[in-house]
Amino acid sequence: MDVFNAIVQVLDSTIRLSVPLLLACLAGLYSERAGIFDIGLEGKMLVGAFAGAAAASVFHSALIGLGMAILISVAFAMVHGFASITHRGNQIVSGVAINFVAAGSTIILGQAWFQQGGRTPALQPGERFEAIVWPGAEAVRDVPILGPIYAELISGHSILVYFAFAMVPFTWWVLFRTRFGLRMRAVGENPAAVDTAGISVAWLRYRALICTGVLTGVAGAYLSMVQNGGFVKDMTAGKGYIALAALIFAKWKPVNAMFACLLFGFLDAAAIRLQGSPLPIIGKVPVQFMQALPYVLTVILLAGFIGKAIPPRAGGVPYVKER
Amino acid sequence: MSTPYAKLPAWADYGLIPLINLSVAFIVAGFVVMLVGENPFRAAVILVEGAFGKGTGIAFTLFYATTFIFTGLSVAVAAHCSLFNIGTEGQAYIGGLGIALVCLSFDSVLPWWAIFPMAIVAAAVFGAAWGFIPAYLQAKRGSHIVITTIMFNFIAASVMVYLLVGALKPAGSQAPQTRNFLPGAELPKLNWIIELFGAKIRSAPLNICFLLALVMAFLVWLLIWRTKLGYEMRTYGHSPKAARYAGISETRIILTAMMISGALAGMMALNPVMGDQHNVAIDFVSGAGYVGIAVALMGRLHPVGIVLAAILFGMLYQGGAELAFEMPAISRDMIVIIQGLVILFAGALEHMFRPYIQALFASFSPKSVGMQAVNGKGA
Amino acid sequence: MAQAAIELIGINKSFGAVRANRDINLEVARGTIHGIVGENGAGKSTLMSILYGFYQADSGEIRVGGKPVSISTSNDAIALGIGMVHQHFMLVDNFTVLENVILGAENDALLKSSIAKARSELERLEREYGLEVDPDAIIEELPVGLQQRVEILEALYRGAEILILDEPTGVLTPAEADHLFRILKQLKEQGKTIVLITHKLREIMAITDTVSVMRQGTMVATRVTKETTVGELAELMVGRRVLLRVEKGQSEAGAIKLSVKNLTVKDQRGVTMVDDVSFDVRGGEIVGIAGVAGNGQSELLEAISGIRHAVSGEVMLEGKPVDLTGKADPGELRDRGLAHVPEDRHHVGLVLAFEENENSILGYHDDERYLKGPFLKVDAIMADARDKIEKYDIRPGNPRLKTANFSGGNQQKIVLAREMEQDPGVLIVGQPTRGVDVGAIEFIHKRLIAMRDQGKAVLVVSVELDEIRSLSDRILVMFAGRIVGERGPEATEGELGLLMAGVEHQEAAQ
Repeated sequence: MDVFNAIVQVLDSTIRLSVPLLLACLAGLYSERAGIFDIGLEGKMLVGAFAGAAAASVFHSALIGLGMAILISVAFAMVHGFASITHRGNQIVSGVAINFVAAGSTIILGQAWFQQGGRTPALQPGERFEAIVWPGAEAVRDVPILGPIYAELISGHSILVYFAFAMVPFTWWVLFRTRFGLRMRAVGENPAAVDTAGISVAWLRYRALICTGVLTGVAGAYLSMVQNGGFVKDMTAGKGYIALAALIFAKWKPVNAMFACLLFGFLDAAAIRLQGSPLPIIGKVPVQFMQALPYVLTVILLAGFIGKAIPPRAGGVPYVKER
Repeated sequence: MSTPYAKLPAWADYGLIPLINLSVAFIVAGFVVMLVGENPFRAAVILVEGAFGKGTGIAFTLFYATTFIFTGLSVAVAAHCSLFNIGTEGQAYIGGLGIALVCLSFDSVLPWWAIFPMAIVAAAVFGAAWGFIPAYLQAKRGSHIVITTIMFNFIAASVMVYLLVGALKPAGSQAPQTRNFLPGAELPKLNWIIELFGAKIRSAPLNICFLLALVMAFLVWLLIWRTKLGYEMRTYGHSPKAARYAGISETRIILTAMMISGALAGMMALNPVMGDQHNVAIDFVSGAGYVGIAVALMGRLHPVGIVLAAILFGMLYQGGAELAFEMPAISRDMIVIIQGLVILFAGALEHMFRPYIQALFASFSPKSVGMQAVNGKGA
Repeated sequence: MAQAAIELIGINKSFGAVRANRDINLEVARGTIHGIVGENGAGKSTLMSILYGFYQADSGEIRVGGKPVSISTSNDAIALGIGMVHQHFMLVDNFTVLENVILGAENDALLKSSIAKARSELERLEREYGLEVDPDAIIEELPVGLQQRVEILEALYRGAEILILDEPTGVLTPAEADHLFRILKQLKEQGKTIVLITHKLREIMAITDTVSVMRQGTMVATRVTKETTVGELAELMVGRRVLLRVEKGQSEAGAIKLSVKNLTVKDQRGVTMVDDVSFDVRGGEIVGIAGVAGNGQSELLEAISGIRHAVSGEVMLEGKPVDLTGKADPGELRDRGLAHVPEDRHHVGLVLAFEENENSILGYHDDERYLKGPFLKVDAIMADARDKIEKYDIRPGNPRLKTANFSGGNQQKIVLAREMEQDPGVLIVGQPTRGVDVGAIEFIHKRLIAMRDQGKAVLVVSVELDEIRSLSDRILVMFAGRIVGERGPEATEGELGLLMAGVEHQEAAQ
């Protein structure tokens, strides 16, 4: 039974750890499906986390915090759009720039406004998103097997967790069942076709980036307002890049993205859980190995040793009208 | 990286436009300073004075610049072959491992001038090896080098942490770093050069790696514009099909370019490791690889430009430290913002002002903006 | 006179200093097929792009159905019932036919009803015009002819009354082209107006009712097709009597210098592009390979020059075999006397971002004349470039100028100068004069004949039948990857045309 409880706990933290990855990964999916490479997921998450915690703390409202997180994150996404869509700049360069600006400005502004060494004040109840306990969760907790699963895994998460998982089928539906999704996929494959069909390539890509900004904003809010009770400098700690890896791992598909993020979240959870304790048969696995595994797996996938990841064809290339 | 725009005179292309881009970056940074409640002009004065006002400041500025020359050259060499090496960070980190192995093995028996060449080779080889794998995967397996090099930065970080909290950490120590090197692995300082000009220097880490960096800048210029290999790299960089037609092996040129790039990145580690800290500690690269992207872009991939851009960033780092001291509201992270803004305006938005400049030039003398029968038009 | 479907009045358009269209007037009658001919760069595509809202005219007026309109986006054009079939198809390759057809013409925010409507609409179009295509097929899995049909369907689905086709037969086999023309005639009978842009006079004569000729950005004439001749149109196109034949003496064929035996080449998808091809080229002769684009000529040239992997067969250069594994070193072949002027000079033969002098050594950059150890001899390279500029009259004569700033003809001369001045034994040339102005064409043809007269073996591949007939001592015709016939220079256009269309080949197969 101990083993079972341990497994439930690891899975529970898998869910918690994969939520920011999942949100950022889906965010990346929108922009990359529209043909805009985005290595600035990390930075947008970071400004979202900062803006969310800062606003929540100042206005004493979690909702205002979330709104600010989304707003600022979208603003950064628009900078990326301005550089890479309007001015046809290099998308990688623009993404790198955004990550820098985000890393620096969150600390500088945090320090200037709150004087806590780059932190925001600890969020009070009402300023953060609380766990939602599902009906009967406590009552069934003692039921063997199903009880803990219901009480721990399904119930007891914040609204943002459910939002993240709901975004998976929603994104699929948007992508494959709506006009916007059709056009977005088209613009990521062949923008010239979209242009000659009388649709604005730039506006379409901007809208995709708005979706990206919204989701990275929520991802940031989750970090600072759910996982942690406030903003800490560099709190994204590479999650934006893992999300990028997960996106490639998922071959730019929403449902795959969920599984990839759960896998990477699980590796993270397992690494924390194992912390030095030996595994049967394998023996002691270094924490660093577990931490590097998502990247190693992505490299192996990219190299085509397990399947082939083919990115959207127009990705990374600015659209220039020419004949 | 060709421009879809018409020609401007060279001085406008290589001088005026970067200058405008840079100014805009600083103006935006000025707004951030205002947002924090400080006076941007005073901040600028403190920054420049901190960097160049005293001998010590100059020495620190050049010390930081040394690091950025290496990483800037690293990014530029790959970029001439149209490879975006974001992995400079990780390659430098692993380069530090090579240096550590050499120094820890020989610092008790050999003098610095014997260890230094070995350390250069080790740093270059380790950096090159870390650049080789993504290059191989790109050339042979078609993996996107940007993504692979990002992944390799994180893998490098994990490897180094693993070693620095394990095998490389001296017994009984808590800090995740190697033991301190003996004087045999400490590089001579260069502060006397600045003292020649009459300035006083307290203690600054400027060391002979600065000269090495200048030599490497010259060698990179020679490589790119005066050798067959450089010609081949540029050919491939502009058009892989033309390279194939010209009998240039794709695999060979990608591997070579990335290994040179990785070697330059690895050599960056010499400066902080042997010139300053005298040990290899966790995260000693601390973003210098990413700064290299900014430096290379600012310097328009030309070694002269890169050296100048590196000094600019050295100034920001050193002056930024002064600034943090003088204005408590502004920490050194201000530099990170400026870096980001420079990358944004000099890199991603480098063409933003070009049409206006062109219009301006055209209104003075239409011929200077000659649009000859640019291909693809009027078909 | 039928009512005009389109009227263009005084259209002007410049790109920088280049005036692509100047003061163009054009009237296209409703329910007719109107051809627009002109050389590459005459401004045809620009004009049609203005009509389709892809570019905006600097000045001038457009009337559709008699009413002045402003067309600032493709959307405006579509709303006015104008549809376009592009030279390079504007399709999303990994979408289905249905998805492509509805893209940009969806009913509402959800796709369900659009797809249902498109499905029934496609069925109707299939019935009415014989435009058969599987609506659920993925575009990249369809043959080129069907992809083009999807483009036509897309335009019709959007309610196009006026259909513009830009060089539609460039990528088609003769059979596919015939099918296309039948479709166009049917569309005309249903009252649609069709504008056909081409530089192939034969097509103009075969299908159009009226024809307009463009030259260097101006509209020089409009004729009723029945009342004009190929000769007159050709003359109007180039502005003077076309030099159909370059003066040349009898060839004195010598020893075999290039020999191709049973060569078979497949492309990335595994489709056989060159199928068991054998021929020889002797010193002192020009062998021309005629054929519709896409019948394996490009792959043939690439395999011979060592760039592309061949499945089987043998290529002998001056009696010694060429490595056909695709790993051949083109540099080594150059040393053995093979010079190659590739079809695509923008991406293969030249690096447009390089200075002229850098391009004048491309491929020969490891020749010891230009090298000292690992270093380039900059002075020698410069002197060499100046020399070639003078000999080949390359303008402007500045070896430091970026190659992109030279005109098409001068760019081609840079490549030719480089390849010819190496004094090769064998010269293979793909599309010697594509995108080259008339003056340069003559120069290039004379140079090629001079090479022949020096005893070199010259292999020319061109889709321009006139060029092949004017240059070649022997003509090979390629169709569907095979050499389907050999003729002398006296062969008639009709005779070669039949071969190119694969007529004899198909009969033989039956």
